[in-house]
Amino acid sequence: MIQGVQIDFVSADRMERLGVMEKIRLILDNVRAGRIVVLERGLAPEEQSKLIEVTMMEISPGGFAGIEIETYPAKDGGEGFGGFLSRFVGRKPEESRLTVIGPANQLKTLKKDEGLISAWVSSR
Amino acid sequence: MNFLFRAKAKASKFFRTFFGKKHSRIGIYGPPNAGKTTLANRIVRDWSGDAVGPVSEIPHETRRARRKEDITITGTNGSSISIDIVDTPGVTTKIDYHEFLEYGLEKDEAVRRAREATEGVAEAMHWLRGDLDGVIYMLDSTQDPFMQVNIMMIGIVESRKLPVVIVANKIDLPDAAPQRIRSAFPQHPVVQISGMEGKNVESLYETMTQVFG
Repeated sequence: MIQGVQIDFVSADRMERLGVMEKIRLILDNVRAGRIVVLERGLAPEEQSKLIEVTMMEISPGGFAGIEIETYPAKDGGEGFGGFLSRFVGRKPEESRLTVIGPANQLKTLKKDEGLISAWVSSR
Repeated sequence: MNFLFRAKAKASKFFRTFFGKKHSRIGIYGPPNAGKTTLANRIVRDWSGDAVGPVSEIPHETRRARRKEDITITGTNGSSISIDIVDTPGVTTKIDYHEFLEYGLEKDEAVRRAREATEGVAEAMHWLRGDLDGVIYMLDSTQDPFMQVNIMMIGIVESRKLPVVIVANKIDLPDAAPQRIRSAFPQHPVVQISGMEGKNVESLYETMTQVFG
């Protein structure tokens, strides 16, 4: 039997076909099974909020401890001066970008900047 | 000090009665141990002489959202706002009861605290999607403001088009670097304060009347 950590790379197309709760379930079911989920395109703010809420409802002492999540900063719409400028000129904010989600007890982010997310993953 | 409370309460009542100010529900959000309850207590004490809840250095001391209604804040220019202030649990994506054991809690108490904290965060997220009119987002000036949970939360608040004031707290500490918070979120008003010492809170009240009024 192969030992290690499974990483699922989920395309933006596949996520687009899913409803909010289907996306949340896809992420949380995989993460609870000890997998790392990499989304080609991140979640919308409403979906992020729902992900946090549902994650909290599923945390159990001694069991699932929650998620670690990292994403690149949005190119034009999210935060910082770029975000302000986009809003000022009325441009639609760009959707969030590649997002890495994993079990909090297995995934640790070592480094993150605009173009690099370095993660350390431990097998259970 | 009691005289000050009474004077402020009278001024608040006067403004509410004669100017019929809009009533808003303002949530205080932020990561654990940013000083949310300390600030909530200070706001409530300053404007009604009451308190919201206990504070401690243990993360997730606030595990249930606490609300104090009908607080009227008056700025130095005379403008006032009438708000309900909602102190929420620290937002996070992970809670492990082992973390509480490090603060000397027994396992049962740590497990109970963890369970209550998860319920509180879920409730706070639910409220953010529909029950609030504005947000004070509280950050610890000694910590990295670029943490993912902060970026996500500010994005969620922006997507709901809620007015937000970012508070850079704990400026009394030697490691405080509130300018990092300003550079992280330049699109929002940032007020630097010490909730513990009350430093610069008048400036926060002024900003609140402008942003939430």
